[in-house]
Parts: sequence; C-alpha cells; structure tokens
Amino acid sequence: MSSRIESRFAELARSRRAALVTFVMAGDPDLETSGAILKALPQAGADLIELGMPFTDPMADGPAIQAAGLRALKSGATLAKTLALAADFRAHDRQTPLILMGYYNPIYVYGVDRFLAEAKKAGVDGLIVVDLPPEEDAELCLPAIDAGLSFVRLATPTTDSARLPAVLAHTSGFLYYVSITGITGAAAPEHAKVAAAVARLRRHTDLPVAVGFGVKNAESAAAIASVADGVVVGSALVEALRKSLDQSGKATPQTVGAIVDLVRDLAKGVRSAERGFARADTSA
Amino acid sequence: MTMKEAGGIKPEIPNSFRTGPDEHGHFGIYGGRFVAETLMPLILDLERHYEAARQDSSFKAELDHLLTHYVGRPSPLYFAERLTEHAREKAGGARGAKIYFKREELNHTGAHKINNVLGQILLARRMGKKRIIAETGAGQHGVATATACAKFGLECVVYMGAVDVERQKPNVFRMNMLGAKVVPVLSGARTLKDAMNEALRDWVTNVETTFYCIGTVAGPHPYPAMVRDFQCVIGEETRAQMLAAEGRLPDSLFACIGGGSNAMGLFHPFLDDRQVEIYGVEAAGYGLDKKHAASLAGGRPGVLHGNRTYLLMDEDGQIEEGHSISAGLDYPGIGPEHAWLKETGRVTYLSATDDEALAAFQLCAKLEGIIPALEPAHALARAIEIAPQKPRDHLLVVNMSGRGDKDLFTVADHLGGM
Repeated sequence: MSSRIESRFAELARSRRAALVTFVMAGDPDLETSGAILKALPQAGADLIELGMPFTDPMADGPAIQAAGLRALKSGATLAKTLALAADFRAHDRQTPLILMGYYNPIYVYGVDRFLAEAKKAGVDGLIVVDLPPEEDAELCLPAIDAGLSFVRLATPTTDSARLPAVLAHTSGFLYYVSITGITGAAAPEHAKVAAAVARLRRHTDLPVAVGFGVKNAESAAAIASVADGVVVGSALVEALRKSLDQSGKATPQTVGAIVDLVRDLAKGVRSAERGFARADTSA
Repeated sequence: MTMKEAGGIKPEIPNSFRTGPDEHGHFGIYGGRFVAETLMPLILDLERHYEAARQDSSFKAELDHLLTHYVGRPSPLYFAERLTEHAREKAGGARGAKIYFKREELNHTGAHKINNVLGQILLARRMGKKRIIAETGAGQHGVATATACAKFGLECVVYMGAVDVERQKPNVFRMNMLGAKVVPVLSGARTLKDAMNEALRDWVTNVETTFYCIGTVAGPHPYPAMVRDFQCVIGEETRAQMLAAEGRLPDSLFACIGGGSNAMGLFHPFLDDRQVEIYGVEAAGYGLDKKHAASLAGGRPGVLHGNRTYLLMDEDGQIEEGHSISAGLDYPGIGPEHAWLKETGRVTYLSATDDEALAAFQLCAKLEGIIPALEPAHALARAIEIAPQKPRDHLLVVNMSGRGDKDLFTVADHLGGM
C-alpha cells in the first residue's frame, strides 16, 4: 500500500542491513532551515524520515523534543506549514519514505479528512500519532488506511502478548518498538532486553521492527541495528540542532551541518552492525 | 424542550443523564482513551480493578468509614441566612431565593478533593501500588493526596507548575510537611496543564510501581467516571439533607468548574430530576473577550490529556493558557461529561470574572463569617446574582468546595491591603 516504506525496507533487507530512521521537528528552529535539513538527510544516510508535527503538550516526549516543538511553534510552525514542508521535500526526493509524527489534537482540529487528503497529496507515506491507541482506531487509523497512508503503531514493553494482536491489527509500514517505558530521550535500553523483545515481536508479525528511544550515537545505533530492522534516532538529533543555535535560538551556518554530521556518524554505526538476527529476505 | 444545535452537533437527549459513559468511556462524542500505548495496559487494568472494587461491599465500607472518621462527613448543608437576606434586599423583599451552602470546605484538608483521593488511594492499595503521583493547580488536590499518602505510608510525588508553586505557597508548605515531594514543573506554561503533562511522563516511565491519582473528572477513561463516582457523595448528601431540612429537593444547584469534579459530584445525583436547575460556573478571568479559563464558553472540542473535550486552543490546535485569579480553575480543558451535559442542554454553564469572584469572596466573608476559596467564590458570584430573581421559596445550593486560607495572599495582593 505505502510502497515507499515497503520498498525501502525490502531493499535494505536485500543489503542485509537495518534502516536508519531519523526524527526532526518541522519548523525547528525555523521553516527554511528545517527544509534544508530534511533535504540533506537522505544524502547523509537517513533511510526513512520522521517529521515531527509540533504540539504544545507532547505528553510522551522528554525535554529535548518538547523544546524542539516549542522552538518550532515560536518560529510560526503550523500543521499546514508542516504539510507544505513535506510537499517541498517530496518534490526534491521521490524515494525516501516520509512519516509524520505527533499528537492527535492538531490533526483533529485541522479536520481528519482534509489532513489525510493533503498529507497524501504532499507525498507523506505514513503517520505515527502517539496518543491514538488501537482503542481509538476509528478516529484516524482506519481513515488513514483508506486514504492510502500507513499507520505505524508503537509497541512498548508494557504491550504484552495478549494485547499485541490488537496493536498489530491495523499497523502497516513497520512496527515501532519503544524500547523503554519512558519518554523520548531517556536512558538507553539494555541490549539483551531489546533483542528479546524484538524476537518476541517477530513471532507475531512479518512487519519490519524499528526500535527507538535512547539511541544517542553510532555505537548504540550499531547495537540496535544488529537486532532490529530499523533504528530510530530523535532526541540526539534534536539536541545536536539545539547546540548549533545562537544565543537567541536562531539557526547558525553550522546548524544543518551539525545534523548532517551526526546522521553520517549514526549511518556508519548502522551499516557496521552485524545482523545476527537478520530476517530472511522474503521479498526477492 | 427544544435543543439548540451546538457547533453543528446535535446530541441525542437520553432517557437518563446518569448512565454514562459507554464501555469505551464516551459521553456522547466526549471522553475516550487518548493515551500512549505504554499507558494503555495500565488504564485497562485500572478499569478492571475499579469495576471489581465497585462491586465489593467491603471497599465501600472501608471508604465510608474513612469519610466519616477521617474526613468528617457528612459535611453540613448550611442555611446562609444573611446572604439570603442580602439577596432579598436586592430584590426589594418580594423575591429572593433561600441560599444554602454545601460545606465541603469543612472537610479534612479544606476542600472536596479528599473525597476522591481516598477512593483512589484505597484502589491503589488494592492494586499493590506503593508510589502515588498527582498533579495539582491550587494545591488542594496535592494536599489531599499528600495527606492520604501520609496516612497509608505511601510515597507521594506531586507535580505542580512553577507559577502555581509561587502563588500557592501555603499549600506547598503543607505538602512538604506531609512528607510529599513537590516537583515544580518548568516545562510549557508552568501551570496545571503542564503539571498534568509531567505527571503523565512520570507515569509512562514508572508504570510498574506507580498509581496516578488524578484530581478531577478528566483524563482517560475510567478517570472521569471514577472521580465523579467518588465525588457523588456531595450530591447524595445534599439530596438527603435538603429533604430533611425542607421536605423536598433543591430548585437550583451552583458549582464552580475548572476540571469540574466538585460540580460533577454535586450535579450527578440530580441530573434526572429535570425540575432542578443546574448551573456550572467557569472562570472568566479578565473577561471572556480577554484572557480567561472558560473552556466551554470560549473553547471548542479537541483532544488533550487522554480525553476529547472542550479546550482553549488556537486555530492550529495548539493549547492556549487559561487565566484565572484562582489557580484551581486555571485549566484550558474541562471534564468530558461536562462537555456532553453542555451540548445536551441539561446543565447551564455560566462564568464569573476575577473581579466578580473577588467581590463574592469578600461578601461571603463579611456576611457569613466564611472565607471561601476563590474557586467557589466564582459559583457564589453567579448565585447571588440569580438568587434575587427567584421566588422566596426557591431553594438554592452553592457548593462551597474549599476554604480560602490558601488564597489570602492572592486576595490581599489584588485588594492592595496587606
């Protein structure tokens, strides 16, 4: 359905490596810089891109991503501008899957049907909406699938085997495993626990499993890449961006480069990983 | 009764207003369970435990015992004689309702909050949770939670916006004294909504050990229904007390609304007595055309903190800061059942400004020797305006949901007399 996400994971499965999934916040620190960062990400080694939709009250995010959202809102970011940013990126890059990630209220207020139509038109491939569990599938998940967008669900350490089928029921594109109980940017997970969790998820689904939360550098990225189909990095990138800003929080000539350098480094980590648990390539 | 359409939504008028929510936690289109996956299994677990506790007579017996001996229930239904005279003088003597106060401010810890907290803490004990977290605005819910945790020897962490820590210092001292850890929240706007965000972040992180004791009829299902049920003791007592005092039900009910728990507790037992007029009073802050905290009057439906309800927000769905002189009403949302009761027309929602609340606060202190919290002073402001329009045999009840000790500095600041 969302061919870009599926083809990208299939392609990577053939090369026997995990995907590097990078998160950046739309409009952080301003729309122009944000657009430049997006366009530079694939070249630097990002295989998939999650683009954050800023929200005032991100209840599952840690301080780094909260601050990124507030910087973006301060610079005038809105959902309409995030969609325009996505469209601009898509005009520049036809291959890299783009997933919008955020909270439900701005989408609900924008209007679900209007949002889905415009997101599809902008070349968005999927959605991650943190505060929509399977119990609320009728809100956005089912309409998104009808509109031809993937709905990527989060599974967590508290998602037990009894609940997993409900979580997987309408998940498409990939499954995002949140490796800790906690907020974004928290401590790194124990490697062995992640490996066991990914193995458990794979018994329930053929979807690629990407793992996020707590991945900070090439080393931790490589560790996750050795057991999962994808490594999601968010807070570390957003922090690198913050450190590149001037005292008033404005972009500097170093801002885009700061992100690119870290993504290059993370990509090296991901590509160096030995894929002991690699899934058999079923797409060939 | 003909129903006005609210924002294109035409809610069905049910046979009973007391059967909600449905099994998914919905009151009409409001409510629900909009939370991160990490929390979902816990919320389902909480719902199962709450349902079991509700069916268990020993749970109710234990709670009733505490309410009697620890809280001091039943709280009196008090005839406010001089305030009634005041209303009748305003009406020229021919009219003017008989004004009663439901004295929730006499509860242990000085507000209605303890009713709900004891229920939730007993539930937490049944679930084997040893660590309790709470959010607080004015500090009343934080104090109540800290109190119950002290009594039961539980660890207690209270999240409070840094702005509220400043303006409600007496309650911060009380919580510290009770052994709770008060965490000033520096994120976002640093008030109640941010305290709730931070409590949710704590809960997501400490799911195994922690029980989140929410202070109002909001949040993901089952909280709005559970908190309401624990607060219904207010309305049930009022019913019995008014029958004893006057031989019939009251004619009108008034309560202030931030999240809306004291109001829901008073209103719910009367919702199917259609002749009883019910008024909820939101905080109009500087005025409804300026900064305020009246989500129903000035907001529209959205999704925040686990439920769909009326929210103050901008065009883009970004949550806006409310303003009220009262920290307890300064929340940009409202319980989902209130949103539904507004749309069905069963409850009439009004508002009172900071200045109106201050005037009512002073009037009540001078005429009745009762210093109300600024929160119920909002309800009082509308009640003393409407009372003179009612006949002399009209029985009016104001929920005196908290006492005003915590607000003395705020009031002194505004009146310029320290």
